[in-house]
Amino acid sequence: MERIEGLAKLTGAERYVDDLPVEGALWGMTVRSPIARGRIRKIRFDPAVDWSEFVVVDHRDVPGANEVLLIEPDQPILAADRVRHVHEPVVLLAHPSRDAVRRAVRSVEVVVDPEPAYFDVSLPPRPDQVQRGGDNVMKRIEVRKGDVEAALGRAARVVEGEYRTGAQEHVYIETQGMLAWEEDGVLFVQGSLQCPYYVHKAALRAFGRDPDRVRIVQAPTGGGFGGKEEYPSMIALHAALLALKAGRPVKIVYDRGEDMEATTKRHPSIVRHRTGVDGDGRLVAQDIDVVMDGGAYVTLSPVVLSRGVIHAAGPYRCGDVRIAGRAMLTNSPPHGAFRGFGAPQTHFANERHMDVVAAALVLDPIELRRRNLLVDGDETATGQVISDGTDRLALLDRAVELSSWREKEVGHRRLARSDPWLRRGMGVACFHHGAGFTGSGEVTLASRLDVAGLPDGRVEVRSANIEMGQGTLTIFTQIAAERLGVDPSAVVIAEADTGRVPNSGPTVASRTAMVVGRLVEEACDDLRARLGLGEETRGQPFRQALVGWHAERPGRELVGEAQYEPPPGIHWDDSTYRGDAYAAYGWGAYVAEVEVDLRTYGVRVVDFVALQDVGTVLNPTLARGQVQGGVAQGIGWALMEDCRWQDGAMANAQLTNYIVPTFDDLPAIRVFFDETPWPSGPRGAKGLGELPIDGPAPAVVNAIARAVGIQPTEIPLVPERLMALLDGVEADRAWIA
Amino acid sequence: MPGSPELKLSFTLNGRPATVAVDPAARLLDVLRYDLAMTGTKEGCGEGECGACTVWLDGLPADSCLVPACQIEGRDVWTIESVDPDRVRALLTSGATQCGACTPGVVMTALWILENPELLRTHTIREMMSGNICRCTGYDGIIEGIEAAMDGPARTAEGPA
Repeated sequence: MERIEGLAKLTGAERYVDDLPVEGALWGMTVRSPIARGRIRKIRFDPAVDWSEFVVVDHRDVPGANEVLLIEPDQPILAADRVRHVHEPVVLLAHPSRDAVRRAVRSVEVVVDPEPAYFDVSLPPRPDQVQRGGDNVMKRIEVRKGDVEAALGRAARVVEGEYRTGAQEHVYIETQGMLAWEEDGVLFVQGSLQCPYYVHKAALRAFGRDPDRVRIVQAPTGGGFGGKEEYPSMIALHAALLALKAGRPVKIVYDRGEDMEATTKRHPSIVRHRTGVDGDGRLVAQDIDVVMDGGAYVTLSPVVLSRGVIHAAGPYRCGDVRIAGRAMLTNSPPHGAFRGFGAPQTHFANERHMDVVAAALVLDPIELRRRNLLVDGDETATGQVISDGTDRLALLDRAVELSSWREKEVGHRRLARSDPWLRRGMGVACFHHGAGFTGSGEVTLASRLDVAGLPDGRVEVRSANIEMGQGTLTIFTQIAAERLGVDPSAVVIAEADTGRVPNSGPTVASRTAMVVGRLVEEACDDLRARLGLGEETRGQPFRQALVGWHAERPGRELVGEAQYEPPPGIHWDDSTYRGDAYAAYGWGAYVAEVEVDLRTYGVRVVDFVALQDVGTVLNPTLARGQVQGGVAQGIGWALMEDCRWQDGAMANAQLTNYIVPTFDDLPAIRVFFDETPWPSGPRGAKGLGELPIDGPAPAVVNAIARAVGIQPTEIPLVPERLMALLDGVEADRAWIA
Repeated sequence: MPGSPELKLSFTLNGRPATVAVDPAARLLDVLRYDLAMTGTKEGCGEGECGACTVWLDGLPADSCLVPACQIEGRDVWTIESVDPDRVRALLTSGATQCGACTPGVVMTALWILENPELLRTHTIREMMSGNICRCTGYDGIIEGIEAAMDGPARTAEGPA
């Protein structure tokens, strides 16, 4: 089935928040902290500006709690007496002219008495940098299985490594934006967002309102990738504060620079591995230390850390494992949700380390993986027994074969002998990604979804899950149409408006198709049951029954309901971090072929094979697009996307020098699926969206390592960093030179 | 600038004469979006890197965020609003659009390639398209759509469609 809203997008008819015409709206903008940490001494408004033309809002205008409510209430909506990161919001302005408000922002000076800021999580904070507990640790997690120290003592070899990953900017092409207004005592906020009910919850807290006096409506969203999971709550609250004070609608749309400077990025990480192997190359001990830079407020860091820690041991069998994770409070802008949510960082470390282990053992990296991959019946680090039917060894073997690894390596050796400058190499990564919320998260969410039967015989799916390009509208339409045996044109997807749809949870964590899609099926079944029909009633008879029901009961609503129940046999213990961390995992084996130019230190990915098992593929075009897009972002993270930091601010907050892959930077990304249906997913589907960003970075860097015979440990592996490794020069010195 | 004199501009927009009074320093992108309410053209970066704001200016693709309005007097502008849905059906089938924010710009460049296929004798589609950034698709769906559209219906109007 083709993308439902595809033609509207291809002809420019889709209306995003910046495209919505609003009569009498003001433009809002944000005055931000100039430095990373300190006490606000004073806010100076340039007397040359006529401030009576402007709506001005500061922390004193927040009617309820000055908190962007998420996991902890530590992040203010507007800083009151102190700032904790550069670009932290302090004052809001609104004016009918967008130009006037842009100029006015530069006429407000936030004067801050500086305090020592903390940025480098590889070092403990000095006493004057401590801002939380005694050590700036905002969350600690430990996974323990067996006795890792004893196992390391018994191991034939112990191989150590430390791996680092940088921040990554989402670069959704539509920047963030919100529109707020009040109508009949109800506060409306409409905008670019992934989680309508997150914004709703935050607004209730900030405005001290009853739930029915706040309505959050998603506008078509031009990409999210996690970047529109938590930060939209901040912008929504800002627009709402201005709109309520102005008594008029207010629109805030960030430009690219503001979006890159102020909103979240992928958590930078440092991961250390100590791995014990026996004489046959089998893993006997994995001792892993994960450190993430959470930034200045807690936001989502505890759960990002959790997912990172749980995935850190990779898709391998090992009896004795210890994984210790810490998320650190620093004075960077808060790092946040980004596709993969902690797992890409720990998979990069683990898969890079597997190649380092293989090199230490003088063992083929494919063979090392073959000896250790989980087979059904094995246990993960948290003690989850994997038995989903996927043959992970076959997946690896097929990816290697599809890539023509063995034949190509013969050519690569020939190239290295004949060409003075060009080197090629192959690299592989094996990885997994848990779909849905971690641990007991889905049970706590208790997502609800409705499918209404309409009088004209169509059905309406009412969910809070949104379309941001990944295909929710199409997939839900397809699932409902198939379940009821009706034409897709008989399925309507309701606008994600908290005033109309139940809370089916956030659009994150590869959960929409798998978890919420299953609720679509169940609500369709419930609707059919309410019509007194059995499962065999599909298509025209179903529609006739629906039309007949309404004819007999004019004006009444008929709604099929569903609420999440965990699949049978899933148990998780939050206190010990043991059990079934996820109801289902997608599995991947990716192979990259790279070419390194020893003159420019440039790396080109010349071939990429992405093979995965995510259960049944619901829509081949959409699924392939998810994988190709994820691989492209992963290659960007590995090779070019370099956030440069200066005193806690992003110094390259523009697309001119924050480089993302273009058409000409990528090869054709060859996508393949093995399909092992998962009985608890809709038609056997598992989550897909995030898996594809876990594999590319380690596969690409492993390929570079084989091409040039070094072991890089840090990404992005920009040419300057590769030059430093190959020439033995300090990266930063080389940069300046 | 406030109080700066308004400039009266006449140009051809999607094959029809258009007249609009604007700030001379305004960007063509803003004239289209906010003065003429043609919001199909998108802003992605505002500095000519991402191509989301691509329009045709005198038959060539141009980043409308980099074009001052004062330069469009008497010129010929075509935007995404002129595009016939049938002309882009191959891009729908191939999965060329996901979130849609880059899509209008991608389509305008793609149609330019389709109208000037001789360019592909010396350049690849990847090279020709490299001024348009897409963050969702990894580009393969767009390339396949362009290749498929080569065999599709030819244009009937003066502009992109």
